[in-house]
Amino acid sequence: MDKIDVVIAGGGLAGLACAYRLADKGLQVIVVERGDFPGSKNVTGGRLYLMPVRSLAGDMLDDAPFERKVVRERWSLMGKGNSLNIDFTGEKFRGEGHSYTLLRARFDRWLSEKLMGKGVFVIPKYRVDDLLWEGESVAGIRAGSEEIAAHVVVAADGVLSFMAEKAGLRPKMTPKNYAVGMKEVIELSEEKINDRFNVESGEGCAQLFLGDVTQGIFGGGFLYTNRDTLSIGIVAGIQGLMKKAPPVEAHALMDAFKEKYEIKRLIDGGKLVEYSAHIIPEGGYNGISKLYGNGIVAVGDAAGFALNMGVTVRGMEFAIASGTIAADTIVAAKEANDFTAKALSDYERRLQETFVMRDLAACREMPEFLDNESFFSYYPDNFPGFLEKIMWFGDGPKEKIGATLWKEMKGSGMLSFKRLKELYNIRKI
Amino acid sequence: MRIDEKLALDAFKTDKESHIIIRHEICRKQCTTKQCLFVCPGHLYSYNEELDEIVVEFAGCLECGTCMVACQDGAIDWAYPKGEFGVQYRYG
Repeated sequence: MDKIDVVIAGGGLAGLACAYRLADKGLQVIVVERGDFPGSKNVTGGRLYLMPVRSLAGDMLDDAPFERKVVRERWSLMGKGNSLNIDFTGEKFRGEGHSYTLLRARFDRWLSEKLMGKGVFVIPKYRVDDLLWEGESVAGIRAGSEEIAAHVVVAADGVLSFMAEKAGLRPKMTPKNYAVGMKEVIELSEEKINDRFNVESGEGCAQLFLGDVTQGIFGGGFLYTNRDTLSIGIVAGIQGLMKKAPPVEAHALMDAFKEKYEIKRLIDGGKLVEYSAHIIPEGGYNGISKLYGNGIVAVGDAAGFALNMGVTVRGMEFAIASGTIAADTIVAAKEANDFTAKALSDYERRLQETFVMRDLAACREMPEFLDNESFFSYYPDNFPGFLEKIMWFGDGPKEKIGATLWKEMKGSGMLSFKRLKELYNIRKI
Repeated sequence: MRIDEKLALDAFKTDKESHIIIRHEICRKQCTTKQCLFVCPGHLYSYNEELDEIVVEFAGCLECGTCMVACQDGAIDWAYPKGEFGVQYRYG
């Protein structure tokens, strides 16, 4: 069978970015997407940090349909019955485009249309069912009754990557390494969003919530402003959900979140237009799969590229960067006419020179560090609690601030060995 | 809003065949926790006492795969719906 250069399983950001670069370099590439159109099976929180991928992406993201430029960052520690917020904005964030909110059905579809303009075949409505093999080497894909033979298959089929699994790149998925995200898109007028989040048109807010929103389970809540919608959701570690006693129904966390005083007013009058769910790699550096084999590479979520640092969560720029770098590797492999694992191992070496592997490696202790109920119940309960004590005036004289704080810190165990050890462990991350 | 009402807001193209196959003999023999009843964001799993069977309403599946990851007994055979079928997000 005649082979094309590359077939890409999955038209998400990693697959499309890979195709974009390959097309620029003149390789023949076909993208196979199971949804009605690229983006129709994708979910993000979410926002894209543009800076890390700006030079890699070249002109790919010019005129991209971003929703809003994030100029306001908020973190909320949610206690039981109170909350503490940090609200950050900066001239730098309001000036240069740093990160942008987006919606995948719109965004990925736009990128796929840009690709088709370059002559790339993007075939929707086909599920990649299996890999084709020639001996020990992957030699293409099968989608329904169609077979596409290719020198290289790019597994860009997302976090559940069945192709990476079939190729022996990804081990069995464990509950500890994944979280489930549930999200609602709520329609609200642009003006109302501007007013409620204290931003101008085109500017947006990104907010993360920690604590009572997941009832102590690893994870948190998120709220991103789009142009005239809000993306609001909950992320919960699958293992945490499984161990929760008494058990809690995942979707009930979402409902309880929206009922919170802190949220209710922000979404009031909005119209729910979509409910979605997706899982997220949480294994960090140690959760990365094997990245290449004979005739195959894995990119984006399919490779496990995502990074949760508690105060920031990243995935899409890893997808774009890994897709692009995989393409560069394949271009070099084609020049050498060598598509073996040995030749494609250059993909990993190239990644190690970029933020993809460097950021993930630098944060390799993060999943262990965050795998600690303290961050999801103890601190979110106690920090707002301290403030409550300081702010509240009851009848009778008020105790001195310092004395109150000291008593609270001692009483809550903030000065215990366990807490000091947690503080000491911060140096690792 | 009830969970089934939320799911009704989404666009689905439903296949005749389920993309989720439950291996009841494993559920009966090994499973004590029935995680599938809790972890699914669509709350699509239920237990039919009469038949002693787990039932899944596959038509409302959001295709996240949480059930498959949570079921460590391997009782859930899960594949993506065939091309053209399943949830079609309009926002994502």
